[in-house]
Amino acid sequence: MSCLLTITDLSYAYPDGHSALKEISLHIGPGEKVGLVGSNGAGKSTLLLHLNGILQGSGEIEVDGNLVVPENLGSIRSAVGLVFQDPDDQLFSPTVFEDVAFGPLYMGLPEEEVRRRVAAALESVGMEGRSRRVPHRMSLGEKKLVSIATVLAMKPRMLALDEPTAALDARSRRRLTRVLQQLEETIVVATHDLSLVSEVLERTVVLDDGRIVADGPTRSILSDSQFLRDHGLV
Amino acid sequence: MPLQVPDNYQEGTSTIHGLDPRVKVAAVVMFVLSVNLIPEGDWFMFLLFWIGVWGLIRVAGVGVFEVLKRSVVALPFVLAAIVIPFTLPGRPLFALPLVGWEVTEPGLIRFLTILLRFGMAVQMAVLLTRVTRFPDIIWALRGLRLPPSLVTVIGLMYRYFFVIGDEALRMRRARSARSASLPGGRRPSALWQTKVVGLMVGSLFLRALGRSERIHAAMLSRGYDGSPRLLSSFRMGFVDWLVLGFFGMLVLTLLVWRLG
Repeated sequence: MSCLLTITDLSYAYPDGHSALKEISLHIGPGEKVGLVGSNGAGKSTLLLHLNGILQGSGEIEVDGNLVVPENLGSIRSAVGLVFQDPDDQLFSPTVFEDVAFGPLYMGLPEEEVRRRVAAALESVGMEGRSRRVPHRMSLGEKKLVSIATVLAMKPRMLALDEPTAALDARSRRRLTRVLQQLEETIVVATHDLSLVSEVLERTVVLDDGRIVADGPTRSILSDSQFLRDHGLV
Repeated sequence: MPLQVPDNYQEGTSTIHGLDPRVKVAAVVMFVLSVNLIPEGDWFMFLLFWIGVWGLIRVAGVGVFEVLKRSVVALPFVLAAIVIPFTLPGRPLFALPLVGWEVTEPGLIRFLTILLRFGMAVQMAVLLTRVTRFPDIIWALRGLRLPPSLVTVIGLMYRYFFVIGDEALRMRRARSARSASLPGGRRPSALWQTKVVGLMVGSLFLRALGRSERIHAAMLSRGYDGSPRLLSSFRMGFVDWLVLGFFGMLVLTLLVWRLG
């Protein structure tokens, strides 16, 4: 099987010496929807930050045939769309339109194409007609959806989302789940929301204390309640 | 509940609302220049300009009272000029009762002139923010080739003013929620309370610092390289050029008149 993402022996320690990732090796094929689950501090977010080279540990990461090294960061970042947990970090522009246009603009696309992509991305998360809105006047659920649109507009090969359902109410959560189900891109979701995993993601990778402790079909991993308890997931 | 700060912008369909924001920003700057070129004590000119300002406010469909009310914010800056009537040498007009300070004629003229210039400049600025959405003003500053890092800072300030304000509000509520006192218990000392506020400001700063790092990471993730990129949201039309030309001529005429 050809791989979109290949991680080999990735280890990372924070500047204070805390070792966050230990010898991670992972392969993800095109079109796969993968849940990256683990308790708080297991290393999920740290791993996501490695996928587009924001953090760089020892070991090797290859995205779509390109090594994640400083020379390739431009193309890596247009291939991996990273959505941060807090939409107030993700949405930094004065208006929704400018935020969704940010990625495509920096990819150097012509203006007409940028506008087309903004409209299409907002439509695919059900936020069309909101482009003039300012983020501080929107609900958390709306901001989360717009956050996803900001990377969809870049047409990445892969979406990496950090806790997309954290702190959402039931309706916003349902809406976001539907959006994720409809996306055709490869998706990696770091979460401890197991019902989201079972609804949307067919493969699950379990992290505990910086190591991968399980990797397999979601159904079989989530059915082992003793295992889930051992790793602090239920 | 999030921090409630109403935007100054007022929705409208006037010609002024529809102008290219670059034109509006440039026109206000040229207006301020013109007002400062009016000779000291030329009350007739000031009256003409004032009629012009209120005319614009009228055309924009914005309440004059509303603009005046919002201009009050700038009043403390006038205090800087409050000593002028007493210190500028010249013919004494009258003395202040009680303290006996003498107000001189040239001093009073200069003070009133400063007051008028300042008042009109502030009213035009308030009118600008009343008829232009803030994001459009930021876009205009970028379009007018202000230093990109400065404009980015203004843009981020606008975006995160509310986020950090909310954080401060939440912290204050958390503190109030735990500021209980037992019947008969002593209130904590003012010094102790000051210390708590100081620590809160410090931790707010640290949170803001942490956030700024995450925002930078989010910007890098979408290809940010420090250079400005701009979409042309507005196009200059006939009226835009007309307005720009008018204010340009205004500055030029006054400049020639004053220098000539």
